[in-house]
Amino acid sequence: MTLRIAVCVKYVPDATGDRGFADDLTVDRDEVDGLLSELDEYAVEQALRISEESDDAEVTVVTVGPDDAKDALRKALSMGADKAVHVNDDDIHGTDVIGTSAILAKALEKTGFDLVLCGMASTDGTMGVLPALLAERLNLPQVTLLSEVSVEDGLVKGRRDGDAATELLEAPLPAVVSVTDQSGEARYPSFKGIMAAKKKPVEELDLDDLEIDADEVGLAGSWTLVESVAARPARTAGTIVTDEGDGGKQLAAFLSAQKFI
Amino acid sequence: MAEILVLVDHADGAVRKPALELLTLARRIGEPTAVVLGAGEAAASIAATAGEYGATTVYVADGAEFADQLVVPKVDALTQIAKDKGVAAVLVTSSGEGKEVAARVALRLGSGLITDAVELEAGENGPVATQSVFAASYQVKSAVSHGVPVITVKPNSAAPEAAPAAGTIENVTVAFTGNAAKVVSRTPRVSTGRPELTESAIVVSGGRGVGAAEGFAVVEKLADSLGAAVGASRAAVDAGWYPHSNQVGQTGKQVSPQLYIAAGISGAIQHRAGMQTSKTIVAVNKDAEAPIFDLVDYGVVGDLFEVLPQLTDEIGAR
Repeated sequence: MTLRIAVCVKYVPDATGDRGFADDLTVDRDEVDGLLSELDEYAVEQALRISEESDDAEVTVVTVGPDDAKDALRKALSMGADKAVHVNDDDIHGTDVIGTSAILAKALEKTGFDLVLCGMASTDGTMGVLPALLAERLNLPQVTLLSEVSVEDGLVKGRRDGDAATELLEAPLPAVVSVTDQSGEARYPSFKGIMAAKKKPVEELDLDDLEIDADEVGLAGSWTLVESVAARPARTAGTIVTDEGDGGKQLAAFLSAQKFI
Repeated sequence: MAEILVLVDHADGAVRKPALELLTLARRIGEPTAVVLGAGEAAASIAATAGEYGATTVYVADGAEFADQLVVPKVDALTQIAKDKGVAAVLVTSSGEGKEVAARVALRLGSGLITDAVELEAGENGPVATQSVFAASYQVKSAVSHGVPVITVKPNSAAPEAAPAAGTIENVTVAFTGNAAKVVSRTPRVSTGRPELTESAIVVSGGRGVGAAEGFAVVEKLADSLGAAVGASRAAVDAGWYPHSNQVGQTGKQVSPQLYIAAGISGAIQHRAGMQTSKTIVAVNKDAEAPIFDLVDYGVVGDLFEVLPQLTDEIGAR
């Protein structure tokens, strides 16, 4: 039996660019280049490792996003994923995380899977809730925020390093897994991988294919409402001194004046 | 007044500080009530503390499920209580687990979800949450437009204020739904004796400029003199000088203390995303061109191995 691994990935604005908002208060995607969310590279990496450990496995990357989101899929395919699914529809623009989880859940059901792998959070919204929402929608165990993950005998096992404790977790497949940046360095695509990716299949789906009404998603279907967006006021220039033997003392005086000491 | 349900995070039989912050914020938007899950014999004292900080009622549920299964039992409990009591909002601490619990509760309640709020105020159509996004370069104000608002709030978003209320305990029997990952074992993190990174009012962080694992000793000494938590940049963590659990940044912890001291940290976007909401920022770095100096309230261009010990001595002498 083929182990079907689906990896959910996101195309995000490059954090080193000047990220901002469009007039409708959604993320402005025109001003900044996009790329595969760095934290999703770790999910792709773990999917590939699990696939390599398994006799027969297939890795499908799935994304919801505009035309350019293909770049994120291509990156994952060039790392070694087998095929891709791209949910793309103008009506999706402005969808919040609850709506995105509904779209992804339908896409995953249509694609078929034994294991869903996600990064711990996107690097733009950084909410970190999508894996939990998928588990809830798909009625599957969530095995999330893992720094180590393995699949054996129909079980997914992992280690979760929380604030208070380290937990060893276990659940039967199918399950939803998310991994942290501690799970293992993501591989770089090889030249061969980049060339091979061009020939790998990318399935295009729209809302009709997933039997989702347009009014369930997008800005209108969002269950949250952004009231205002404001650039943070520039910090007033701080005091900067050069240490000439008494830098620590001067810093102490500042901290004392601010009542920290 | 409408009930604002607060999930009380606890550890080692005591309420964690962010829960007291949530109770304080809840009073701005309604009448705080609290939920205490899986606290065992400590439930009564945790409930009493919740009462001191304004909870009129404390819903208490216990069971092995809370420790033995991941996330879902807490979702079951919180959803059940929110529905039974017809609450006006649900507040949860923005931790990894807190956000997961909140997300699933929101879905079950048919509600919108806001995560990582740094401010909460009453609005015409329910609570308005402020979030700090894109490495704190923007402030976004949002409200939930559908269902009972479920909002997670970052630690250090408010100073806990005592406001004694009844704190009446109401025991709840939860119908567990199952289908959760099993917790096979749990190893509590060995305490360093220092405050928790995300909860601490002061954080002292070290970066590449610290030079080696041993170099963190000067960072730790300064932190201890201030009663501060110790953080580390990704570069320092990737080099193996400090544990990942202490990493501040986009892929680590996001902290928002009253005072943040960055030592030997250049201030790359990855790091700024984790600390830019700090109230007062101080940096010590040899490189006068380091981008961190664009953020600081006070910066010292100098060798951290000279400046930090001198500062620690000054603090000790006061």
